[in-house]
Amino acid sequence: MTAAPLLAVQALARRFRGLQAVDGVSFAVPKGGIVALIGPNGAGKTTTFNLIAGALVPDSGRVVIDGSDITGCRPDQACHAGIARTFQLVKPFAALTVIENVMVGALKNGTDMREARRAAAELLERLGLAGKAETAARHLTLPERKRLETARALATRPKILLLDEVMSGLRPAEVDAMVATLADLSRATGLAILLTEHVMRAVMALSHHIVVLHHGRKIAEGTPEQVSRDPQVLECYLGRAAAGGGG
Amino acid sequence: MPMARLRQRAMIYLNIIVAGLLTGAVYGLMALGLSVIFGVIRIVNFAHGEMMVLAMYAAVVLNRWLGLDPLTALPLVTAALFVAGYALQRGFLNRYIARPDHEQFLLLLAVATVLTASLLIGFGPDARGVSLAYAYDSYELGALLLDKVRVLAAAGAVAGAAALWAFFRFSRTGTAIRACADNQTGAQVVGLDVKRLYAVTFGLGAACVGAAGCLLLLLIDVEPYIAADYTLLAFIIVILGGLGSIAGALLGGILVGVSEALAGFVLEPSFKSAFSFALLILVLLVRPQGLLGRR
Amino acid sequence: MTIGRRRPVVLLASALLVSAAAALPLLPFVDNYVVSVLIVALFAAYFGQAWNIVTGFAGQLSLGHALYVGLGAYAAGALFFHWGVPPWLGMLAGAAGAALAGAVIAALSFRFRVGGVYFALLTIAFAEFTRILFDHFSWVGATSGLYLPVANRAHDDLLRLRGSPAMFYYVLLALTLGGLALSRHLLSRRIGYYWQAIREDEDAAQALGIDVFRYKVAAMGLSAAMTAVGGALLAFYDNVLFPDTTFAIGRSVEIITAPIIGGLGTLAGPLIGAVALTALGEVTTRLGSGLAIDGLKQWLFGAALLAVVALQPAGLWPWLRSRLGLGGDRR
Repeated sequence: MTAAPLLAVQALARRFRGLQAVDGVSFAVPKGGIVALIGPNGAGKTTTFNLIAGALVPDSGRVVIDGSDITGCRPDQACHAGIARTFQLVKPFAALTVIENVMVGALKNGTDMREARRAAAELLERLGLAGKAETAARHLTLPERKRLETARALATRPKILLLDEVMSGLRPAEVDAMVATLADLSRATGLAILLTEHVMRAVMALSHHIVVLHHGRKIAEGTPEQVSRDPQVLECYLGRAAAGGGG
Repeated sequence: MPMARLRQRAMIYLNIIVAGLLTGAVYGLMALGLSVIFGVIRIVNFAHGEMMVLAMYAAVVLNRWLGLDPLTALPLVTAALFVAGYALQRGFLNRYIARPDHEQFLLLLAVATVLTASLLIGFGPDARGVSLAYAYDSYELGALLLDKVRVLAAAGAVAGAAALWAFFRFSRTGTAIRACADNQTGAQVVGLDVKRLYAVTFGLGAACVGAAGCLLLLLIDVEPYIAADYTLLAFIIVILGGLGSIAGALLGGILVGVSEALAGFVLEPSFKSAFSFALLILVLLVRPQGLLGRR
Repeated sequence: MTIGRRRPVVLLASALLVSAAAALPLLPFVDNYVVSVLIVALFAAYFGQAWNIVTGFAGQLSLGHALYVGLGAYAAGALFFHWGVPPWLGMLAGAAGAALAGAVIAALSFRFRVGGVYFALLTIAFAEFTRILFDHFSWVGATSGLYLPVANRAHDDLLRLRGSPAMFYYVLLALTLGGLALSRHLLSRRIGYYWQAIREDEDAAQALGIDVFRYKVAAMGLSAAMTAVGGALLAFYDNVLFPDTTFAIGRSVEIITAPIIGGLGTLAGPLIGAVALTALGEVTTRLGSGLAIDGLKQWLFGAALLAVVALQPAGLWPWLRSRLGLGGDRR
């Protein structure tokens, strides 16, 4: 991987009233790459996400995507720069239908309503929600909401998709389905993915590269094999998760 | 002699400021009720002024039928409002706590409309007041001329605020309520009966407003339509002084009382509330947590 | 809300309703009094539609819409009174002024992160402040009021908005239908989708590339402008303006009652709510005058509002719709 990375995070730091949530974290995601951010609860994964996606402003450090420095920009600006994200606690537009939800994402690319509807329908097909297109989002089950959230984010045609614990609460079969969908998508469209996860099954199956956070600092990174053998990682995190079976 | 003229002017202003200060204390007690309700239960009580007006009418009725002075009627009215508030929260409002803000707002707005209309139907639109034997008495403190009614009202307000403070600080229920306000889930985990505590809180808020109403009756007459103005005033004071702060509510009340008195004198009486609204706009934009607020 | 292909039944029903409405004043038993009641309903429907845009579609609770009614009314009224400016031009001026006021209030609030209940209070504060300001504004008559010269009522002069109740009825009917068409159009375009997204979940909306600030300000500006147009018409219909009634918080509450009862955020809501409330008002006025009870009308209005918000917060239209089997749960 000698080409310039798609997303480069450099020495990001953010403090909350006495707690250094993120402490000098740096990593990169290559074009078309799939990187997982793992670590115990409170390690700073979601905060890092929020710093990249513009939901929080970093105290120091830089976020660069495709050569443009987007540090401290607003979430909508981050989206226009090519970053799409899902939320840990899903946020569907409850009163809108499933397809309307996804259309909101698709409309970032243009004002043509028919085109947006077509693009949305296609994504629903891909994510297995075509049958529920005209259902109000508030009637979806949790796994369906997660797929909706993903479809909606994808509708913005991002360069990189940030998935915040999208597998949590899913059954193993559903996890595998999601992993397959994401892997296919990435291969087919060159989409880069940055995900945070506790479900190790998904992390190992999907990611090319893993970054491990602990107390806001990066303590290890490498391929899944390397990371799963790193003694520091095993000591603080993977040991317990591996025993518990991912979740 | 210019010095004497200056002193005279200063005395006039001082008297106005002190009068505003005293009235402001009563405003503060009224707003305190709202601060307690909003600060703990987080319900937007848009029927606040209406509750006070209800209390004022109650005091008027007691005065008419039993010849009770508002200060004597105060304990009765306060107790009645406590019960009413408790019942309202426990029996009705409790179901709407989790609803979105604007729905709560509108719900209480509807309650306020029904209350005002009921009072209008029951008492008619004309102003009612109480005639007090000491209505025109005053105390002299050097060059200050203090209306007796104002002094009594303010004293009552401060006493009420102090009693509430003591309750929250020293009693078990008070401490439990503070715990609820800080962390509702935690409170439930520890075994506190949140529903009952909320009802007590609303009752206390209503009691504050009941007391404030009786005190205010010493100063003004009551008619159904003044309720909305006082609801707004309560919100202004709470926002100005800061949510969740007893001292803040009193301070805010005093500030509003003084500025209204001064604005009324310097500019024109009808400009009084314009000043308060301008103040509200300023505070909301610049320092939304208010002067002494925490969040 | 999915506004794709309209079902032929809906189209037919709408055409029938519109024709019926247009024919109403021509019917023999419909006298000037009935027309004036219909006008009250139309004003309620129109103002409700305008308010629905910022609160129903975009989800920003404004409780100070009387401000824009007043700005429109006084702008058109005062310009006509002092300089004979034609009402339709004055209306434009009022709409522009109101749009600016609404945009500024929204921009200030959202820039300073004032939302929800605090924003609602802010809108009340601005309306009340302006009311008191106009109370002292001598050019518009201050508290004594602004009285527009009533020329010849028997003669219908559309250009100068002087004429019979029937003329006003048709103007208002056209305006309400226009408002309906505009709302429907906006809801089916990107702006409508974006507004609803903002209403449902601002954070999610922003994460999808929506400049939430801009769209909220736009919603407020448009809503204000529409409201002001109605205000200008009100000025020429009533022919007298007082700050204490025009800018009153009671008027703001009146404006929001119909759309809430009918169904906040829906297209039919403001219309249905207006019809229901006007009917309720007429019934209670008959009862009230018979029983000579002051405040009965307010009591019933308050009770109706309470019933709807407590039991059926989505309003009458969604409930009606599901009962009649049209459209189910979506808007």
